[in-house]
Amino acid sequence: MHELSIAISMIDQISEESESRGGLEVEVVHLKLGIFSGVDKQALLFAYELACEGSPLQGSRLVIESIPLVIYCDACQKDRVPPSVYQLSCPECGTPGQKIVTGREIEVASLEVVA
Amino acid sequence: MSTRMVEVRAKVLKQNDLLARALRERFTREGTCVVGLVSSPGSGKTAFLEKLLSGLARDSRVAALVGDLATENDAARLRRATPNVRQITTGTVCHLDAQMVEKALESWRLDRIDFLFIENVGNLVCPSSYDLGEELRFVLLSATEGEDKPLKYPTIFNSSDVAVITKMDLAEAAEFDLAAARRNIESVRPGMQVLEVSAKTGAGMQAAFDLLHAQLARARHSQVAATL
Repeated sequence: MHELSIAISMIDQISEESESRGGLEVEVVHLKLGIFSGVDKQALLFAYELACEGSPLQGSRLVIESIPLVIYCDACQKDRVPPSVYQLSCPECGTPGQKIVTGREIEVASLEVVA
Repeated sequence: MSTRMVEVRAKVLKQNDLLARALRERFTREGTCVVGLVSSPGSGKTAFLEKLLSGLARDSRVAALVGDLATENDAARLRRATPNVRQITTGTVCHLDAQMVEKALESWRLDRIDFLFIENVGNLVCPSSYDLGEELRFVLLSATEGEDKPLKYPTIFNSSDVAVITKMDLAEAAEFDLAAARRNIESVRPGMQVLEVSAKTGAGMQAAFDLLHAQLARARHSQVAATL
């Protein structure tokens, strides 16, 4: 359960971002979370609420967009969604995929702030 | 109350990634070959590492950082092989991060260390998100854990470079299906190199030494390239 560590890093980062823009009142945080990031969505939502208490982000809401796992198939020369997270091969031709295109993100995409 | 959207697009672990990159540059500059070890608790990380340290210490300078939630037991054990061992106790944190590594390295002369090992907290989930600046990451899987571990923890296997199947001396008793284990590793990390070892009997350890020496040669090559 490292989601609490992730949530704390997130809050630190957003607070910094907010300060550098002259102090934002954040209502919603939009996060992109890859399904191959090793971070659990539900656990992160729970941890975020805990970590927000007493921070400048208290009362804000976290919205998580799950990013699928996409690999690059060298044979087809195309991005492909593998059959599962534990079978990293091309669904069309079966070639094993060594390059991950998306799925590892833990990235704050945007903030909804009071205008 | 109206709201507006502010684009951010920032990696949450940016601070860790930046620090890890700085560590990696430092390791390259000093010519140190740095290897991370991850696995579930009880898969034989410390026994394997003890064998690595004592074997490599015959002709190389070795050191280790070892992470655990509590106790200095692992460090005490590894000091039988080399005095250059530091324990990182994380308290409640289930993984090491780059900052802990940087702090633990304080006052060590890296230019006098050929091989530095970083044994992570026993955990197959959390360490996968944190880059520690290591050049190679070994993920260990013991023959007694069952051959489907890679399928259950694909992220950590995929983020590692070499899979080490440990406790091979117990494979038969545990009815371990080696072919299936290799298939599963290949499925989550195509092309991954696999070592089969027994720290107890020493079987397979030579392949690990050879791989590490080859890696050290590459590290030295990068060191020279970095100074040009």
